[in-house]
Amino acid sequence: MDAIQFIYLVPLLPLVGFLINGLGRKTLSKSLIGLIGSGVIFLSFCISVLIFIAVSKEGFTTQDIQYFDFINVGKLNIPFEFQVDQLTSLFLLIITGVGFLIHVYSTSYMKEETQSGYGRYFSYLNLFVFSMLLLVLGGNYLIMFMGWEGVGLCSYLLIGFWFKEQENNNAAKKAFVMNRIGDVGFLLGIFWLISSFGTISYHDLYNSSNGIITSISAINSPAIVAITLLLFVGACGKSAQIPLYTWLPDAMAGPTPVSALIHAATMVTAGIYMIARSNILYSLAPTTLDVIAVIGTLTAIVAATIAIKQNDIKKVLAYSTVSQLGYMFLGLGVGAYSAAVFHVMTHAFFKALLFLGAGSVIHAMGGEQDITKMGGLGKKMRVTYITFFIACIAISGIPPFSGFFSKDEILSAAYASNPLLYYIGLGGALLTAFYMFRLLALTFAGKFRGTEDQLHHVHESNATITIPLVILAVLAAVGGLVGIPEVFVKNGNKLNDFLSPVFAHSAQIIASQEVPHQTEIILMIVSVILIITTSVWAWKKYKEYQPGTGEESVFGKAIKNKFYVDEVYDRIIVKPLNALSRLLDNVIDKKGIDGIVNGVGRGVNYGSRQLRLLQSGQVGSYILLMVIGMLLLFIIQLFTK
Amino acid sequence: MGITQILFWFLTILALVAAIGVISSKNPIYSVLWLIVVFFAISGHYILMNAQFLAIVNIIVYAGAIMVLFLFVIMLMNLNAEAEPVKNVYMKMAGIISGLTLMIVLVAALSHSDVQNTIIRPGTSIGLIKNLGKALFNQYVVPFEISSVLFLSAMIGAIMLGKKDPVKKISL
Amino acid sequence: MEIKWYLFLSIALFCIGMIGALTRRNSIIVFMCIELMLNSVNLLLIAFSKMHMATVNAFGTSMATSAQIFVFFIMIVAAAEVTVGLAIIVMMYRNTHSIDINFLNRLKN
Repeated sequence: MDAIQFIYLVPLLPLVGFLINGLGRKTLSKSLIGLIGSGVIFLSFCISVLIFIAVSKEGFTTQDIQYFDFINVGKLNIPFEFQVDQLTSLFLLIITGVGFLIHVYSTSYMKEETQSGYGRYFSYLNLFVFSMLLLVLGGNYLIMFMGWEGVGLCSYLLIGFWFKEQENNNAAKKAFVMNRIGDVGFLLGIFWLISSFGTISYHDLYNSSNGIITSISAINSPAIVAITLLLFVGACGKSAQIPLYTWLPDAMAGPTPVSALIHAATMVTAGIYMIARSNILYSLAPTTLDVIAVIGTLTAIVAATIAIKQNDIKKVLAYSTVSQLGYMFLGLGVGAYSAAVFHVMTHAFFKALLFLGAGSVIHAMGGEQDITKMGGLGKKMRVTYITFFIACIAISGIPPFSGFFSKDEILSAAYASNPLLYYIGLGGALLTAFYMFRLLALTFAGKFRGTEDQLHHVHESNATITIPLVILAVLAAVGGLVGIPEVFVKNGNKLNDFLSPVFAHSAQIIASQEVPHQTEIILMIVSVILIITTSVWAWKKYKEYQPGTGEESVFGKAIKNKFYVDEVYDRIIVKPLNALSRLLDNVIDKKGIDGIVNGVGRGVNYGSRQLRLLQSGQVGSYILLMVIGMLLLFIIQLFTK
Repeated sequence: MGITQILFWFLTILALVAAIGVISSKNPIYSVLWLIVVFFAISGHYILMNAQFLAIVNIIVYAGAIMVLFLFVIMLMNLNAEAEPVKNVYMKMAGIISGLTLMIVLVAALSHSDVQNTIIRPGTSIGLIKNLGKALFNQYVVPFEISSVLFLSAMIGAIMLGKKDPVKKISL
Repeated sequence: MEIKWYLFLSIALFCIGMIGALTRRNSIIVFMCIELMLNSVNLLLIAFSKMHMATVNAFGTSMATSAQIFVFFIMIVAAAEVTVGLAIIVMMYRNTHSIDINFLNRLKN
């Protein structure tokens, strides 16, 4: 229990780091900034490990730690509280662990920044981790919302880190606005929770013995469906699901480690965390779960399709993130909460690895991101190549690497719920394998297609970049072994057992359909064979890629242009909104509101000029006014009773 | 109508007439003289209410010292009736009307109260110098001493104000 | 005598003083009117002291004594005030060669 007493240090340390780096960005040296920025995260990670050990001990019960009253109005009392349970401690490990590696990586990756830019970068990064920790540690939805908003703010700041280019600013703005749309849903959900249950504290809502939600047995009551849908809108915004996913690919405008942080450890997993945290609420609303499953599946397949034709190394990875998040939502939607959390974990490893590897490549290529201009880098960058290869295998779902276990768990749960979801999900997995190996082949295999200058420049990155890659590669390779399916090893799914207290009540509500072991094994074998075949085909097809002039099919063109989603949004939402706001600006604001405001100003001005005449400065008139005032007071006092 | 009442009404009328004289005479010297008459009438009222000591103090301090000071200042400045600046007629009317209204309001407010018919009888020796002296030098000795400080500071203030501007002197 | 006559007398004196202060521009007369108002209040205090003669305060002396001493202090303060006030008027006369209170309009700017 000792470690849990110090839980406040976990978010506090990054906050301190943020303050030091933010305030001292002009005075501290670069190495000191890097040391502070990474050091605080490392300390947080150490505490998180201790907490994890304490939590995984036998007989641990969920701890609710209240610090002070935050909002106390009438009957509503929202304290500032933290809650520690298995889910929290797992997320703490992911955030601080992967976050730390990304920080270390950044110390080298951002070397060329100016001094104050370097400090600014690390302070934002620390603030980002702080917000995310606040989000997962919070003991009620308000604290979560604070972290939620903090994460949104930091993503804005970091995506627009190179704010001198208007394009980056636009991307940052897009991310912020998309998140804001989701936040409205989340906020409304919280308000609805308050009005129907009078509390938003997890302890009061989900307490296993006498929680308000826990004791509800009615399924699909309208209020709960509405609340869960609203919360899901929030999750959609943050975790980039259809229809709010378009910000995530644009978020590539930020520095590459930031993309890694957003995609792997923080930010996008917030939506998953929130739904996993509210699992009891969601289990009571099967309708919402169906919606989530459908949206998750759709996102998975659509994003994977778009990823096939992208030529920007980071864009491919971005769409792959969207697609993987779709899988996580599919898992949540079919009630396999722990599988979704498992996929969050493995995804954090291999996606961080992929992004950091991509960062290493971009660094070596001197900022070039187009994969059609790369090729043959495998010989020059061995470490990056091998780690990237491991990540590709992991994300494609080839055993025994981590992605296989988590994806398989989700897919088999989907099969149990509805085979159609399974087939679409499998299709998405095949596409994943295809675009990942296409990416791998185009980048590392074949001949170099860039300029001569770039060829000379290409080199393996230094140790601060490669060491995080190696660590993440090891994790991506073996990380899946904590959740081996039951069919292979009895009690092999350690993660499932670890998380079971959190999802125990949901498991009671949703009668879990077990897939017969035989079927499960057959499905597994079929999917693995298909995936390997696709991978090899993709590798072969793109190994000797030469930029051709082949005509694109209509469909291919559509994919290349991301199904014109951005254009459609632009047409149906942005343009009319712009027109409307121009109208409002010209007519109502300039004429109406400005008229009122200026009129008030002019009126006051006129009135004061008239009133100034009263201030004659002559004592006699002052006395007279005083007497009249006195008289009025007397009259009011004496004759109005 | 006893002798007290006759005296009361006499002093009252005297005070009111003299007060009107203060504000209506053109020459400030006459105003001062009328004011002295008012003070004497008020002192008479004090005696009627057995405040003999205060009556004497009133005459000495006000009618004696303060009014002499006024006369002295007026004569020092050599003011006379022609020196009086002409005041705006409307301001005059407004002043008179508001003053009268105030009086009417106050009288009307008080004429409904219960205390107004309490009768004040002469007699008792409270106002004698012996009693007041005892109270003044026992209970109120501290305020009494403080008032001497007040006088000192008033004196210093008056001297400071009356002095020629020292800055000017230096510059000349 | 009923106390109301004293009340009315004080009010009348007070209002006469006020009318004077409002209508005259000679600052010395304005000052005298203020003295008149002060005296009317003194008169009222004495009348009230007479009314509460029977009441005894915490020190065992009559309230009337306290009231009369209060009046005494008012006179002291008035004397000090007159000293300073007249000094100010003299000062003003020396600077402006007038005693019109309307010259005292520096507050305007």
